[in-house]
Amino acid sequence: MRITVNVDGTSYADDVEPRQLLVHYLRDTLGKTGTVVGCDTSNCGACTVHLDGHSVKSCSVLAVQADGCEVTTIEGLARDGKLHPVQQAFHDNHALQCGFCTPGMIMQSIDLLANNPDPDEDAVRHGLEGNLCRCTGYQNIVKAVRDAAHHMRPGAGPEVERVTDVRTPSHASGGE
Amino acid sequence: MTATVEPEVGKARTRKEDARLITGRTRWTDNLTLPGLLHMAFLRSPSAHAKIANIDTTAAKARPGVIAVLTGADLADEQGSLPCAWPVTADQKAPPAPALAVDTVNFAGEAVAVVIARSKAEAHDALELIDVDYDDLPLVLDLESAVADGADLVHPDLGTNTSAVWIFDSAQAGTGTDVADAIADAEVLIERTYRQQRLIPSFMEPRSVMVDPTGEHYTMWSSTQIPHILRLMLALTTNTPEHKLRVIAPDVGGGFGGKLQVTPEEVVCLLAAKRLGKPVKWTESRSESLLSAHHGRDQLQKLTLAARRDGTVTGLKVELLADMGAYLRLVSSGIPILGAFMFNAIYKFPAYHFACTNVFTNKTPTDAYRGAGRPEATFAIERLMDELAAELDMDPLELREKNWIKHEEFPFTTVAGMTYDSGDYEAATARAKELFDYDGLRAEQRDRRERGDSVQLGIGISTFTEMCGLAPSRVLGALSYAAGGWEHAAIRMLPSGKVEVVTGSSAHGQGHETAWSQIVADQLGVPFDSVEVLHGDTQISPKGLDTYGSRSLTVGAMAVLKAGEKVIAKARRIAAHMMECAEDDLEFAGGQFTVRGTDKSTGIADIAFAVFSAHDLPDGVEPSLDSEATFDPENFSVPHGTHLCATEVDTETGMVKIRKYVCVDDVGKVVNPTIVDGQVHGGLAQGLAQALYEEAIHDESGTLTTGSFVDYLVPSAVDLPSFITDRTETPSTTNVLGVKGVGEAGTIASTPAVVNAIVDAVRHLGVTDIPMPCSPMRVWSAIQAGGAR
Repeated sequence: MRITVNVDGTSYADDVEPRQLLVHYLRDTLGKTGTVVGCDTSNCGACTVHLDGHSVKSCSVLAVQADGCEVTTIEGLARDGKLHPVQQAFHDNHALQCGFCTPGMIMQSIDLLANNPDPDEDAVRHGLEGNLCRCTGYQNIVKAVRDAAHHMRPGAGPEVERVTDVRTPSHASGGE
Repeated sequence: MTATVEPEVGKARTRKEDARLITGRTRWTDNLTLPGLLHMAFLRSPSAHAKIANIDTTAAKARPGVIAVLTGADLADEQGSLPCAWPVTADQKAPPAPALAVDTVNFAGEAVAVVIARSKAEAHDALELIDVDYDDLPLVLDLESAVADGADLVHPDLGTNTSAVWIFDSAQAGTGTDVADAIADAEVLIERTYRQQRLIPSFMEPRSVMVDPTGEHYTMWSSTQIPHILRLMLALTTNTPEHKLRVIAPDVGGGFGGKLQVTPEEVVCLLAAKRLGKPVKWTESRSESLLSAHHGRDQLQKLTLAARRDGTVTGLKVELLADMGAYLRLVSSGIPILGAFMFNAIYKFPAYHFACTNVFTNKTPTDAYRGAGRPEATFAIERLMDELAAELDMDPLELREKNWIKHEEFPFTTVAGMTYDSGDYEAATARAKELFDYDGLRAEQRDRRERGDSVQLGIGISTFTEMCGLAPSRVLGALSYAAGGWEHAAIRMLPSGKVEVVTGSSAHGQGHETAWSQIVADQLGVPFDSVEVLHGDTQISPKGLDTYGSRSLTVGAMAVLKAGEKVIAKARRIAAHMMECAEDDLEFAGGQFTVRGTDKSTGIADIAFAVFSAHDLPDGVEPSLDSEATFDPENFSVPHGTHLCATEVDTETGMVKIRKYVCVDDVGKVVNPTIVDGQVHGGLAQGLAQALYEEAIHDESGTLTTGSFVDYLVPSAVDLPSFITDRTETPSTTNVLGVKGVGEAGTIASTPAVVNAIVDAVRHLGVTDIPMPCSPMRVWSAIQAGGAR
């Protein structure tokens, strides 16, 4: 089947097998290997991407279901060489160790912040319930999401992918 | 070049590693591809113990896209036996361990055939066309039954299910007195049997391996913790010349001991690529990973603690049954032995006896999982201390203090023969009590008990220590381990003043690139950003013993420092020549060699360029500052800490809520506090998971029933609390940095803290133990049984 899909700002038209999952289309056909597969039961969330601005587990979506849609992956978040505030917050707060769950965790966190621009700890934990991390114990992930919330102009849906960091550029570059 | 003003060591640097990981520019093995790449899929045995009567691969071979189908019989002459590097006793019994089963299968999930096809989908489709006839054999699933007289045998050729019996006895070793006397003379005996349930490491990145054969050379990319050990072991196992084999561990998504292995899949991938002359890749599914990657823990602990009525512990007897599963993998047999030196923990009692029986069962092999032997030991002794306190009606913290090694008694040689270099249990405990509000929570606990509240409060304690930083080679030799415990490093000074640090440690999330940069920046006086850390490729980092056992900083970074000292020594000679002075007249600080008492100085970057141009070097001096070094530690590293956990237990439902978790760890000097906190958080999460959630369960047919993340409960963010972490800092005296290991500390410490807290909450209801994981059902059942007594 032929699908047309916009991924990270580029439009693609491809013939796909009806059984192909979106995650395999992203990884194997488009080479978008930033999105990864961590399980086979939709429990881990490592493959989370945005479909028309909302998070989906791309192992649970067929490629054909993305026909005519806009997909954003971890690789499409940074704009003009500048990290998305959630990416920056993950770095600033040591919210990753091995980093395998990180793409999905970041994509889910952005969706969570779209729905709730200022979540408390409990709301962050519940919002990330479908994403597993084995390294961090989640403590710094929770901290990072709340930190990001304070640095983002709240928005909903696709807009939240494009928010800019409201910090001064020198602060936003992180470092220490 | 300007001197670094503020020391890098101790700074909460954000990580260099993050840039690629937060943008998806990663190199996980499964991301890699090569022209003409073939894909591999394994057929695994559904039976836990059976003779393979027949395998018919005809239909699978005929399927379009299938290049080859191989069975154990096909590979019998080349696959060798998967290595066990730790013959713990001279008479240890070990069956041959084929990568692909040949005649029999010994656990459900064992690989029996492999399909190599043009695509992964074609390989998997063809698996269904392989027809295997299994003749079932008797099953051995229960540890105690396995060692009973007349038991069915996993490996009849061995004549027993016992692989080895390993004993340490303080009276025989001369490190203490006879435990039989201690037990005979005891005023109080605490006798308990604890089960360390089987766990699955559950690294997030599924295992993946790719082999590229080019002429007589083979390059393997593998999601492994141990590229160097893997290279050597593959060479020995498959008769591949070591110098023709390169192993690369690219980005590796966690390991926790689970990727400290030489796997059947790696062996088969290498052999398939050899046979076909084409690159071959395999990536497991999660279900395949949970089923066939090695498991951890699985011990039955029979314990006897002897004490006087005043709370003085006088002896401990430990009898273990340790489940090896169906085969001995790389260090399976040594895992429980690593615990042998830790059951005495921080306490001074004089008599100790440890006996471990390693047992075969028809289950997935067990091997290292975070803590490896030491969580089991810590759990046992910390649970027993709480039980003794309850028996004597003493405060469990006071009981511990009465028995622990006092700060002024270090260095201290224990009843298990270990020498602890430093520690301050008083300081860590005092700080933890303060952060926890110990007295306040005890008051609340009394109040809830008196009120008969349906939600009861419990306080759990774990004043743990552990031995890590594996390991002094001579000690490993004495324990019959096949290899040493040193680490290697090299430092390359580039002409532009940048520095390449090559480490034999193989990071997979720990933050070596950042921490090593901090250490070298201080030592050589170069900017943090001028240091690049290279690792995980046997061609780039030709020597190393990799990453496990919380060894990277205490052993790996020490090798880096040692190489740095050689760089400075070489540079000093050239600086003296450049400034026309004696080497002894030079001081080196902040990257500058200064002639003592003058303002004449030269920076190390200028020297690096002078060495590169080599126009004016002293006679006989090589034009290079590059240096390498190998470091073998004198001793293990012994971090410690006090962990306090408060749980609320709903006595009507058995639900457990962690109300507060405080830990004060002492890991010696800290290179990067952010990274250390992260290691502690992650370690705590895995220790809590053992206490509350995780268990690998096999049914009566030997089938793993927790074979997906639906059933194997790796905790999510909602299942874990926020932790309050702090540190005391008692420097190690056995390395110049004063550092101790931290990677496993949280996991080792936290499991008993949580279980002690749960039992403490309901002890007044007649509960003295709850098997792990303490699910609501088990807690509720224990309360019902307690009340019925």
